[in-house]
Amino acid sequence: MGIDIGSTTSKCVLLKNGKEIVGSALVQAGVGTDGPDEACRILLEKSDISEYQVDYRIATGYGRARWKKADEAISELSAHALGSYFLFPEARTVIDIGGQDAKVIALNEKGQLQNFVMNDKCAAGTGRFLDVMAGILKIQVSELENLAAQSLNPVSISNTCTVFAESEVISQLAAGSSVNDVVAGICVSVAGRVAALARRVGVKEQVCMSGGVAINGGVRKAMEQILGVKIFCSPFAQMTGALGAALYAYHKIKL
Amino acid sequence: MPEEKKKARPAPDPNSAKYKLGEIAAKAYSDAQEAKERGEKVGWISSNFPVEIPETLGIPVCYPENQAAGIAARGAGARLCEIAEGDGYSNDICAYARISLAYAKIKEAPEQDMPQPDFLLCCNNICNCMIKWYENIAKELDIPLIMLDIPFNPDYEVSDYEVAYVKGQFLEAIRQLEQITGKNWSDERFKTVMKNSCRTSRAWLEATSYARYTPSPFNGFDLLNHMAVMVTARGKEEAAKAMETLAKEYKENHETGKSTFRGEEKHRIMFEGIACWPWLRVTSSGLKDRGINMVTTIYADAFGFIYDDFDGMIRAYCKVPNAINLELSRDKRVKLVKANNVEGLLVHVNRSCKLWSGFMNEMSRQIGQECSIPVVSFDGDQADPRNFSEAQYETRVQALAEIMASRKGDVQG
Repeated sequence: MGIDIGSTTSKCVLLKNGKEIVGSALVQAGVGTDGPDEACRILLEKSDISEYQVDYRIATGYGRARWKKADEAISELSAHALGSYFLFPEARTVIDIGGQDAKVIALNEKGQLQNFVMNDKCAAGTGRFLDVMAGILKIQVSELENLAAQSLNPVSISNTCTVFAESEVISQLAAGSSVNDVVAGICVSVAGRVAALARRVGVKEQVCMSGGVAINGGVRKAMEQILGVKIFCSPFAQMTGALGAALYAYHKIKL
Repeated sequence: MPEEKKKARPAPDPNSAKYKLGEIAAKAYSDAQEAKERGEKVGWISSNFPVEIPETLGIPVCYPENQAAGIAARGAGARLCEIAEGDGYSNDICAYARISLAYAKIKEAPEQDMPQPDFLLCCNNICNCMIKWYENIAKELDIPLIMLDIPFNPDYEVSDYEVAYVKGQFLEAIRQLEQITGKNWSDERFKTVMKNSCRTSRAWLEATSYARYTPSPFNGFDLLNHMAVMVTARGKEEAAKAMETLAKEYKENHETGKSTFRGEEKHRIMFEGIACWPWLRVTSSGLKDRGINMVTTIYADAFGFIYDDFDGMIRAYCKVPNAINLELSRDKRVKLVKANNVEGLLVHVNRSCKLWSGFMNEMSRQIGQECSIPVVSFDGDQADPRNFSEAQYETRVQALAEIMASRKGDVQG
């Protein structure tokens, strides 16, 4: 079993024989809540498996060190590397945007983590940035993709600071910009910030995206345009870290 | 069952290098304080100002950068930074500067006191923020400032023109100091100081070079403590002797299979940047707990002040780390990485030091490429505790350990 305990969510994946995904669960509660236990409970219930049938548990994410039920913990860098390579064996660059951090990972042909770059302390370019912006616009994060797709003239939003960007969004709306154009500008802003990290690592194809923000097509499409490459994304993107942790658990018990 | 009594720490061995170096570092403050009480004039001096000048003249000096590091390491960084910020200094300014400006105002900090200055000695070969920092203290306290301009060197070597430009300033600084303090320059005394300085530097280079052995006979975090003596006292004979003791101890450690690094040395890294003093224990434990020894830093090279005469001394000060170009800086680090079997580079993106951190993205990329090692960076600050996130540090260091383990054939995780 792999569990990814993030800042806003807990994700859990159960793997059989290192190949077959038995089940997964996602709970909208992360570090410091009962989210991790709840995600586990739901997963086991859905999979009709008892706690004792789970051979090894690996935790990852910001809450990895605090979850007492884990046999071991690995960094989310390794977890996303393993999970992404499982989903996309040709992946050489992984872009993961989570709730409070963004990372770009370089993989070798064996899927091993070679190097990585993460965002600095600033929240710009992370899922938190999108949460804050969606809050100002009184929309759901899940609506961002469709609204951005309808934009005719994306506005320019600062990609340097969430707080400054918040006032920029308000100014743009006050100046008469449409919500669609503002949303498209927000997606471009996140993509631009993370694309800069990707260039530092060196963008090598195939490029894939993982993490919660990956399922937001607005950011993904903006990133494709900025980097000039096709970006692969699995519907399982948000579970990639948990999947990687589960894969590591399998490797450990196989040894 | 009765509670086990906590064992008292054994008394430090007065013949050990650690004890001797600690005494010298502490004595620098007490000597200056005593001189002040005797009515002598005391200066504040920047870390890369040629210490040989006040040492030759017999002028007591204190180092605000060392003081700020001490204050930050003892938990008062934020308190003093906030005092400076209350006076209008931006929190984007170097935290050493903010702490020092605050201390010049409040004149007391139990974490590390030092006497107030009668004059200031500033050299911009470490950074240009230093100029405004010292100018402001000079203005606030209405005291003279002696300023040395050593320009950033875009070339690989130090030209004769640069030596001539800097020499004029060194001579003028000596003249001004003679006037301020009433003390006189002696060429004979300078020769002794120069000899001591070179002797201390040679011992430092020898001690740090033992990191070439695997496992290293020392924990690289030792260097961060011992370098205080290299900065402040390298012209003193007792510093040379203490540093020679350190080199001897490291040599013996290697020969007897000992190390000051506790536990198994699984991985060896180079640490880049000034220490994150407010979070020293956290940053150190994050490495040690994973068997990562920080075997070298640029400080190992930076304090190798070896020269034969006055002009040679000038050349040495024109080649200190922050005054040289990216290519030369990179090559010095590449040499250390290769000489010490370094497997990874951990970069402290220090919010206080724009100069140093600014070109690290590109420089560390080049080092990683040239040496085929992973490069990982974390955000922090040399003295302002508010600019560091323990969780972010842990994630990056764990991933670095995982990459290094994976390269050795362990299961990636």
